[in-house]
Amino acid sequence: MFASLADIWQWFREVAWPNLIGPFLASLVIMLFFQFQAIIFVWAERKVSGRIQDRLGPTRTGGKFGWLQTIADGIKLLLKEDLIPTDADRPLFRLAPYIVLMGSYAAFLVIPFSDGWVAQNMNVAVFFMLAVMSVEVFGVIMAGYASGSKWALFGGMREAAQVVSYEVPMALNLVPAVMAAGTMNMNTVGRMQAEGVWNWMCFHDPFTFFASIVYIVCATASVKRAPFDLAEAESELVAGFHTEYSGFRWLIFFMAEYASMLAVAWIAVTMFWGGWSGPLPLTKWFGWWIDTNGDGVGDVPNILAKAAGLLNFIVKGYFLIFVMMWIRWTLPRIRIDQVMQMCLKYLLPISCFLLLGSALWPLLVTTELGGKIGAVVAAGVTLLIVGVGIVTTPPSAAHGRRERVY
Amino acid sequence: MIDLIQKMIAAWPTVLFWVMGLATVVCSIGVVVTPNVVRSAVWLLFALVGTAGLFFLLGADFVGATQLLIYVGGTLILVIFGVMLTAQGPFVRMKTSSAEWTIAAVVGTVLVAILAGATMSTDWPKTRRGDTSGLTAENAPSTTQLGLEFLGIPPQGPAASAGKAGRDPANIGYLLPFEIVSVHLLVVLIGAAYLARAKRRKAAVS
Repeated sequence: MFASLADIWQWFREVAWPNLIGPFLASLVIMLFFQFQAIIFVWAERKVSGRIQDRLGPTRTGGKFGWLQTIADGIKLLLKEDLIPTDADRPLFRLAPYIVLMGSYAAFLVIPFSDGWVAQNMNVAVFFMLAVMSVEVFGVIMAGYASGSKWALFGGMREAAQVVSYEVPMALNLVPAVMAAGTMNMNTVGRMQAEGVWNWMCFHDPFTFFASIVYIVCATASVKRAPFDLAEAESELVAGFHTEYSGFRWLIFFMAEYASMLAVAWIAVTMFWGGWSGPLPLTKWFGWWIDTNGDGVGDVPNILAKAAGLLNFIVKGYFLIFVMMWIRWTLPRIRIDQVMQMCLKYLLPISCFLLLGSALWPLLVTTELGGKIGAVVAAGVTLLIVGVGIVTTPPSAAHGRRERVY
Repeated sequence: MIDLIQKMIAAWPTVLFWVMGLATVVCSIGVVVTPNVVRSAVWLLFALVGTAGLFFLLGADFVGATQLLIYVGGTLILVIFGVMLTAQGPFVRMKTSSAEWTIAAVVGTVLVAILAGATMSTDWPKTRRGDTSGLTAENAPSTTQLGLEFLGIPPQGPAASAGKAGRDPANIGYLLPFEIVSVHLLVVLIGAAYLARAKRRKAAVS
């Protein structure tokens, strides 16, 4: 079949690599990457939670900082007994964690790790990400149902309601950034934010600024992270939808949760916080730019610059994860009806208002009439805020405090 | 030798299509065959994901993502809620008699034959999109054109809809259908909110 070595090489280069081995390696790299993050995040969670609770966290396994704690946790989970309840629907029980994992994993296909370093450069990347993250819900419902336990079923139902509801404001908050950029292609959006901190989408107009903050809130709720973690509800529903999962199956759920957190954090970084162009212009410092159109100015970063961009990207994503962990261990959990109220009565109208404002913003800044209207509205809103603040300040707030009676 | 390589390269999309198509068909058969209604919904999940995969293979990213978002993330969640909460027991088995099997098989086969015959005998217009091998994000159609057509701007630009050329169906955008669908959705949302309202309970007479 192959006449010579050259033919084998050609077959490899033209058939096997782009169609079989290349995608396989890319998927493997992404999968190993986010599994490695899970190791780091488990350790980080324990250390961060420890410090916030004024204790040290793991300090014994692997030296002073407990570096190997996650490995120890992993070994423990692998050695646990694999238990499937009698009443459980066995095939669905086994299948559910992997559906959740695949939902989180597929979102990494469109995240640009640096300029051009994206697994699948889609023109509808943002939309694709939202679509595949909605597959996770199905896995959770299946886990809750197939466990054959009422706690798991309640947890699954609550979680499905919560995640599906929060997807709406989450998507609505991404739209101001998409409108400001004019494209859903995340690689292009990242490129547009390239030249410095003031190019970041979150500083494009005040509505995208608030949209970035509200997006992070909605995303935290959408990945069922505290203070919205009623689905897990460690003290109320035993463990929610993953009550009956132990050992390796629980590890898959856990990994999927960290992967989702990382995916939404990286989406926020790409769409709002500059992608791979960080607060420090590392791409300029560490790599020269290649001149592709002969005008003497570099316009495509070379590989060192891209690697520096990757570093920026990872640091910003990890910072956002740290913020999520910080919030988890600071705020108390809110009830399920409060969760739903917050979504439908507060976050959804706020998101719609931000969308409207972001759509009208170009009119405000570019047209004359818009400028005048904008100035009047801004003055009016400022006066309103100041007036309300003056009128509603309680007169006794500035005077002495009452003695605290314990 | 070279043309063998070329044939393998050209056949790769077909291989992927066969894999994805077979998976979808097997899952669809699974929907019908399982006696357990919740498992039937799970097979449906995979069938819909397979359909979305077929869309992605054709290079229609937007349609594939919409399929996932609406069908899997919306319709199927609704189906599974309804199925799970109304099944009278965890493993309620639906018993299908052999007469029902025969009728269903006959109707299904006739439908497949009609659809296959109609598909094969239609003269489909050849579009540029037939060969998806050279498709990258740069030359893939973006959703900008779709959005503009929904706003009523035809593909040749706003000037094309002026004058007599505006009567040509190729020059009309989709603004009116878009508005009709939007109002329809609004009516449906209001109806759903009304149906789901908390009903005031009449004072209990003891």
